[in-house]
Amino acid sequence: MRLYWNYFLMELKSQMQYKASFLLTMAGQFVTAFTTFFGIQFIFQRVSGVDDFTYGQVLLCFSVIMMSFAIGEMFGGGLAVFPELMREGSLDRILVRPRSVILQIIMPNMDFSRLGLLVQAVIVLCIAVPVSGVVWTGKKVFVFAMMVACGSVLFFCLFLLVAAVSFFTIQNLNFLDIFTYGMRDFGKYPFSVYGDAALKVLTFGIPLALVQYYPLLYLLDRESGIWYMISPLVSLLFVAPSYWFYRFGLKNYKSCGS
Amino acid sequence: MTKELKVYFSMFRIRFNHNLQYRAVVLGAVLKGFLWAMMEVLGYLAIYRMGGDRLPMELSRTVSYVWAHESFIVLFSVVFGDGEIFSAIRSGEVVYDLARPVGLYGRWYCQSASNRLSFALVNCLPVLILGALMPKPYGLTLPGSAAQVFLFLVSALLAFGVTVAMAMLMYVSLFYFISQRGIRIMVRVVTSFFSGGVVPLPFFPEPIRRAAELLPFGSMQNMPLQIFCGNINGSQALRGIGLQVFWLWAMVFLGWLAMRRATGKVVSFGG
Repeated sequence: MRLYWNYFLMELKSQMQYKASFLLTMAGQFVTAFTTFFGIQFIFQRVSGVDDFTYGQVLLCFSVIMMSFAIGEMFGGGLAVFPELMREGSLDRILVRPRSVILQIIMPNMDFSRLGLLVQAVIVLCIAVPVSGVVWTGKKVFVFAMMVACGSVLFFCLFLLVAAVSFFTIQNLNFLDIFTYGMRDFGKYPFSVYGDAALKVLTFGIPLALVQYYPLLYLLDRESGIWYMISPLVSLLFVAPSYWFYRFGLKNYKSCGS
Repeated sequence: MTKELKVYFSMFRIRFNHNLQYRAVVLGAVLKGFLWAMMEVLGYLAIYRMGGDRLPMELSRTVSYVWAHESFIVLFSVVFGDGEIFSAIRSGEVVYDLARPVGLYGRWYCQSASNRLSFALVNCLPVLILGALMPKPYGLTLPGSAAQVFLFLVSALLAFGVTVAMAMLMYVSLFYFISQRGIRIMVRVVTSFFSGGVVPLPFFPEPIRRAAELLPFGSMQNMPLQIFCGNINGSQALRGIGLQVFWLWAMVFLGWLAMRRATGKVVSFGG
């Protein structure tokens, strides 16, 4: 544990070394999220809502997904170095060390500039909460916290899955971005607006709707069933197949580096 | 002059063959473009259900815009994987490039243009065709007249030129800044937003829209995409193309000037 903590500190310090560079990257992340926000803003200046969700509720969705994505990517984004590590052969060096492979890769590749995205998501949340029409109770705050926490785990798993695919392809297949960056973009609306087929995929396939759409119905008092309340927890079942797939890939891995 | 052109042309051919090597990547890019456009179209459909009459573009035009945007995304994005140029600046290899008897601006311009063009050629048409094959509310409407197609092609070519010229300015700025990643993110965000990559420019509030249209951003993907979907036509399109010609000239001149200044006193980091 201490070892990982040291990795973490080392990385934080080294990224802080180039302050201007770090701040510029962070500002870039911040502005990136803002353009999506302005996009929503421009549309909802003319339209009052989408399906039966108001502007405030859309913003709430947007901020939940943004926060989850920011946290998930801060930890999991570094896994994108997998193909490179394999080509270089440095993955072999990591494999022989008697410590967890995932942690050894995550810790030195943590990207703190993602905090810019997180800050932006929190700002959007502050705008969204008063206009969303949610009557907050202790239970609902708890559900909301679960949405963000489980969402982060889901995004981390997605990054892990995308990375694990490269065990088989060696090359980086950038179309898999649709499951990570794409989901961040599409998550700006409640997933139900994309139609039944998309909602089914996002419920049973990649269970992002479980941390966004279903608990949102609970927050809005439209559904009070226990399943809507704990749906974020149910989504954690996704961790099992992703981890299994990653182990499976790791087992199949044959070194190709020199 | 013809000798230079020959150099540029063969550079394009090398790049083109190189990009065709990775068939899985091309297939992946097509799939990604298709799914991404589809999701976006579904989102817009939901919004138009609520208040389509209050939105500045007709639904079918917005849908066509989204499809065309996804299809030509490689052609019109300022930040694209020009890995060689980035690493040449960072590692200091640029001094070799400077020693070559071909002008650096022309060489890089051509390299980064062919990089995009060769990738777009194999990857954009399939997405467009898939979009045209989709049933009515989801699919794109192809341009109705030959004149529209012609205007689109001219405008697309100019927009492509402006986009690459913008990228060149970014490369020149990298001579001065060390943070490549930060610059890249910033440039990507600003250019894509103000050229209509997030939402089409007609959706913008009046004053911002007008400013973006006059700036080089409006002469990038905005113009050809709006001509493609039929939102701009006739004399309005011609005026837009005129503005594009101006910006192409201005941006290339500016980039060329900036590069001459930057390379005049280049300090190489590489060992």
